[in-house]
Amino acid sequence: MNYESILSARVQKMKPSGIRRFFDLAATMDNVISLGVGEPDFSTPWSIRKEAIDVLERRKIVYTANAGMIQLRAAIAEYLKKTIHTAYDPEHEIIVTVGGSEAIDIAIRGLVDPGDEVLVVEPSFVCYAPIVEMASGIPVPIETKAENRFRLTADELRAKITPKTKLLVLPYPNNPTGAIMEREDLEAIAEVLRGTDIMVLSDEIYSEMTYGKKHFSIVELEGMRERTILVNGFSKAFAMTGWRLGYLCAPEPVVKELVKIHQYVIMSSPTVSQYAAIEALENCEEDVKRMVREYNLRRRYLVEAFNRIGMTCFNPEGAFYVFPSIQCTGMTSEAFCEKLLEEELVAVVPGNAFGDSGEGFVRVSYAYSLRHLMEAVERISHFLERHGGKA
Amino acid sequence: MNDLLNLLKENARLTNAQLAAMLGKTEQEVADEIHTLEQKGVIRGYTAILNEELARSTEVEALIELRVTPKRDFGFDDIAKTIMLYDEVESISLMSGAYDLALTVKGQSLKEVAMFVSQRLSAMEGVLSTATHFVLKRYKDKGIFIEDEEQDERSMICP
Repeated sequence: MNYESILSARVQKMKPSGIRRFFDLAATMDNVISLGVGEPDFSTPWSIRKEAIDVLERRKIVYTANAGMIQLRAAIAEYLKKTIHTAYDPEHEIIVTVGGSEAIDIAIRGLVDPGDEVLVVEPSFVCYAPIVEMASGIPVPIETKAENRFRLTADELRAKITPKTKLLVLPYPNNPTGAIMEREDLEAIAEVLRGTDIMVLSDEIYSEMTYGKKHFSIVELEGMRERTILVNGFSKAFAMTGWRLGYLCAPEPVVKELVKIHQYVIMSSPTVSQYAAIEALENCEEDVKRMVREYNLRRRYLVEAFNRIGMTCFNPEGAFYVFPSIQCTGMTSEAFCEKLLEEELVAVVPGNAFGDSGEGFVRVSYAYSLRHLMEAVERISHFLERHGGKA
Repeated sequence: MNDLLNLLKENARLTNAQLAAMLGKTEQEVADEIHTLEQKGVIRGYTAILNEELARSTEVEALIELRVTPKRDFGFDDIAKTIMLYDEVESISLMSGAYDLALTVKGQSLKEVAMFVSQRLSAMEGVLSTATHFVLKRYKDKGIFIEDEEQDERSMICP
């Protein structure tokens, strides 16, 4: 069989995730301390797991409504009213998806026609550009800069807008940089977009993980709710990655079309997870606070530690990553990560895996215990002693 | 409980500099706060959590349930404070439920602990009954796994 001629050219052209090769390398080694994971180290809060167990014992696990259980959609609407002061109609404006990932997928597929340009703020999570390409769209990266603390500026946005621009992917709080966008930053972006037909895909999956400042959503600004598809989910906030549950919210005409894709591809999101998610939204605020407090201790520890050993690092106010510069070593991100892995058995993720503008940085996750982080910092500081840091 | 105490409970060997970074305070502020907590008696001491087997300890440990008659005017405090003076007694707590005082007692051998219970505790005025349970194996102590490392089931790297 000549699979090359059989498989879709479009899929074959797709680059595998930039961290794949690195992942394979790390997997062959023993005793590696990893700081490379993008999911919480906490267990899903017990009351959520208990709810799932009860549901398994007592109910038939059947499909739900395509858009998700109406009770869950109502709970999501309540939650959004409380957290970002924005009303969504549970009946017509919310779809419960298989993780935030599916929400991103159907949002992009639902909007993009061949040749449409999609602006992707970078560095960012790895899935946006490949999904745009699958939809025959053209991903256009907007590179954010360390000196702006990786926030998107109005000028950077304006410079990339063309008549073909269909959508802006706005991923804040940001993976991998930990950057957030505050109200005034978003206001400047909104100012550029108002009066255009450009839509926003606001990926707010890390909205609960902000430190010292409350998350602010672009939908809270005048005129933005109507042009925004809001994506969020349960994975990060409630430590529920494996439950595969997220959601998107958008005006009715948008949801009406997107739900068709969801219906044909997914039917409905996992039923047990949906029941559990209701419990999460209704009764787990304290658990979220506890986890965020713990993340914050780790975050402060790492920022101080990296700056001390010479890997300068802006103060990230969101998500659970720090994004230190490796400039002091003179290495590329990939060379740094490979050497660090080989010499000190510490795995971090090269910044360029999240877009070219991530070159010169590495992503360090603090979804690990303090003990684990301290051991890793110790090893990294030995590494820098040999490779040009000031440690 | 405040973050400082939580951190120290988890690892009392964190340096003031490390604590300061984690808490967003200065080293001096942390030092002052710890000093105050010690002065006020909130922090009573610092200790290590051992895997006794690896530490080649030959000590045996027992949990002892004690039923006692409370003394007039003094309740259980009087007898508890007498018992706690024995070096063999590691901990003593007043309990709700079927018995009154819970003790952990350490000794060099089963016999030594048994003798302590029968000769010292049982003989004490006000002690109605004792029940001794020897500890065979400890799996977790003060929130820390004693034998196993906690396994990380997540893949090593993911975006």
